Amino acid sequence: MELLLIFIIGLLHAAGIYMLLRRSMFKMIIGLILLGNGVNLLIFLLGRLVKGKPPVIDEASKVFTEIYADPVPQALILTAIVIGFGLQSFAIILIKRVYKVLETDDLDELNSTDEEI
Amino acid sequence: MASAVLLLFFWSYIKAQKFLSVILSLVGLGISIWLFSAVYDGGMLVTQSGNWSAPFGISFVADTFAVTMVLLAAIAGFAVSVFATVSMNKARLQFGFFPMLHFLIMGLQGAFLTGDIFNLYVWFEVIIISSFVLITIGGKKAQLEGAIKYVALNLLASIFFLIGIAFLYGLTGSLNMADLALKVQEIENKGLINVTASLFLVAFGIKSAVFPLYFWLPASYHTPPPAVAAIFGGLLTKVGVYAMVRTFTLIFVGDDFLSLVLSVMAALTILSGALGAMVHQHLGKIFGYLIICHIGFMMAGIGMMTELAIVGTVFYLVHDIIVKTNLFMVSGIILKINGTQNIKELGGMYKNYPLLSLLLAIPLFSLVGIPPLSGFWAKLFFIQGGLESGEYILITFIVLGSFLTLWVIAKVWVEVFWKKGVNLPKKAIGRYFHELRQREKWVLLLPIVFLSIISLYIGLGAENIISLSQRIASELMNPAAYIENVMSQNQIEL
Repeated sequence: MELLLIFIIGLLHAAGIYMLLRRSMFKMIIGLILLGNGVNLLIFLLGRLVKGKPPVIDEASKVFTEIYADPVPQALILTAIVIGFGLQSFAIILIKRVYKVLETDDLDELNSTDEEI
Repeated sequence: MASAVLLLFFWSYIKAQKFLSVILSLVGLGISIWLFSAVYDGGMLVTQSGNWSAPFGISFVADTFAVTMVLLAAIAGFAVSVFATVSMNKARLQFGFFPMLHFLIMGLQGAFLTGDIFNLYVWFEVIIISSFVLITIGGKKAQLEGAIKYVALNLLASIFFLIGIAFLYGLTGSLNMADLALKVQEIENKGLINVTASLFLVAFGIKSAVFPLYFWLPASYHTPPPAVAAIFGGLLTKVGVYAMVRTFTLIFVGDDFLSLVLSVMAALTILSGALGAMVHQHLGKIFGYLIICHIGFMMAGIGMMTELAIVGTVFYLVHDIIVKTNLFMVSGIILKINGTQNIKELGGMYKNYPLLSLLLAIPLFSLVGIPPLSGFWAKLFFIQGGLESGEYILITFIVLGSFLTLWVIAKVWVEVFWKKGVNLPKKAIGRYFHELRQREKWVLLLPIVFLSIISLYIGLGAENIISLSQRIASELMNPAAYIENVMSQNQIEL
C-alpha cells in the first residue's frame, strides 16, 4: 500500500509540475490542482498508514494499548482540501475573466504589466 | 483574549460601510494597544483554543514580537481604512472592498498570534484569499494580468508550505511550534531537517519576495489602486518575514548551511531590488522594487543570526511596515494630483504644493535612513551585528543597498518635486485632487500625517523602539521561555 501511494504521489507531482510549465493558463490551474492533491496524499502517507485500527480507546483501559490510526493527518488533509477547493474555484473564475478581457490563453502574452506606462 | 481581537473583524462583514469600517479599525487599534501594553507589562499570554492543552490543541501565543506585529498591522489597517474612504471609487467599494480589507487584517493578526504551524497555514490562506479579491477588484486589463501572476505564485507557495508541514509532521508527529522546537532538536537525521527547512524557506520566500522568487511582486503591486497597494506593500511581504523569523529562531535553529543560504539570498535580494528600482520610471514599480531591496535587509539580519542582527531585523520590520504603507499612499496622492505616476512626466509638486511636499518628504527620507529618521537606527544594528560576526561581504551589500536607495529616492524627489512642472493632459482617473471638497482632502492626508508622526517617533524616540526590539530579540534567541509558557498548564481560559 505504501509503495503504491509513493508512486501515485510521484506521478501527481510530476504531472502537476509538467502542467505548470506549459504556457496555457488553463493547464497551469490543472497543474496546481494535481500538485495540491499530490501533497494531500503525501500528508496522508507521512502520517503513517495503519489498517483497521480506529483511534478509539477500549472501555476497559484509559489509554491506547496498541498502535492506532492517527486522526490528525486526516484532519489536516480535510482542511487542506476545503481551502484548496475554495482557492481553485476562485482561480478558475479569475482565469475565465482574464480570458474574456485579454482574449488569450497564452501566459507569454501577459506582458503588459512589464511595459512602462 | 486573542479571539477578542480576531472576532472583532468579523463584525464588519455584515455592513460594508465606510463609517463602520473606520470605527471598527479604530476599535481594533485600541484593542491591539491594550493587548500590547498587557503583554509588555505582564509578559507572555497563551491561550489554548478548544480547551485541549498543548501540544494537542491549537495554541495562540501573544509574546512581545507577536503583539508588536499585531499593533503595527492595526495601525496600518486603520490608516488604509481612512485613506480608502476617499481614494477608492464607488464600484470597487460596492464589490466589498472593506470587508475584504478587514478579513485581510484579521488573517494577518491571526498569523502573528498563532502558535501552531498548521494554523499558520490556515491564516496564510485567509490572507491570500482576501488579497486575491483585493487585487482583482475593479478588473482593469493590467490589474487582471498582475492578479494571475500573483495568484499562481501564491498557490504554489501554499503547496510548498504544505509539503513542509507534511514532512515536519512525519518527522516529529507534532504541529505545535513550541513542541516542534523541542522535538526537532532530538532528531538525528539532520539532512531531512534541512530539506524541510528549505521547503519552508521557499514557501516564505515566495510570500516575502526574496531574490530568486520575487518576480511576481513588481509585476503585480503597481496594478491595484493605491489603497490596496499600501496594505499589500506594508504588510503582506512582512508576514513572510515574520514567519521566517519565527521558524528559523524557534524550530530550525543554528544550522550553518541555512545561515549561508539566507545570507546569500539576502545579499542578492538587496542588489536586485535596488537595481530594479533604479531603472524604472513608474512610481509604483520603483516602490515595489524598494520593498524587495528592504526585505533583503531583514533577511540579512536573519542570516547573521546574532542577537544584535535580530534587533536590527525587528526594528527594520517596525519601521518598514509604517513607512511602506505610507509610501504607497503618497504615490496615491501624487496620482490624485497629477493623473500619472510616471516620474518623467511629473514635476513641479514643490512649487504648487510646498507644505504637502514637505509632508511627503518625511516617509521618503525616513526610508533612506538619513539620521535621525527611522531607517537609520536599524541599519546601524545590522552593521554592528555584521561586524560582530565578521560578515563583511553582507555589510558591503547593506551599505551598497542603502546608497542605491538614497540614489533612487533623490531621483524621485528631483523628478517629482523639484523639476519644472508641465501641464499634464487630463486622464479619466475619477476626480482630481483639486476637485475634491476640503473635507475629503483632509481625509486623504490624515492617514499620511498619522503614519508620518509615527515614523518620526520611531526615528526621534528611537531608544524606546530599540529597547523593545532588544527585548523581542532576546526572547527570540532564547526560546526556552516561549516553550515553557506554551507547554505549562496555568493559562488563561477563554
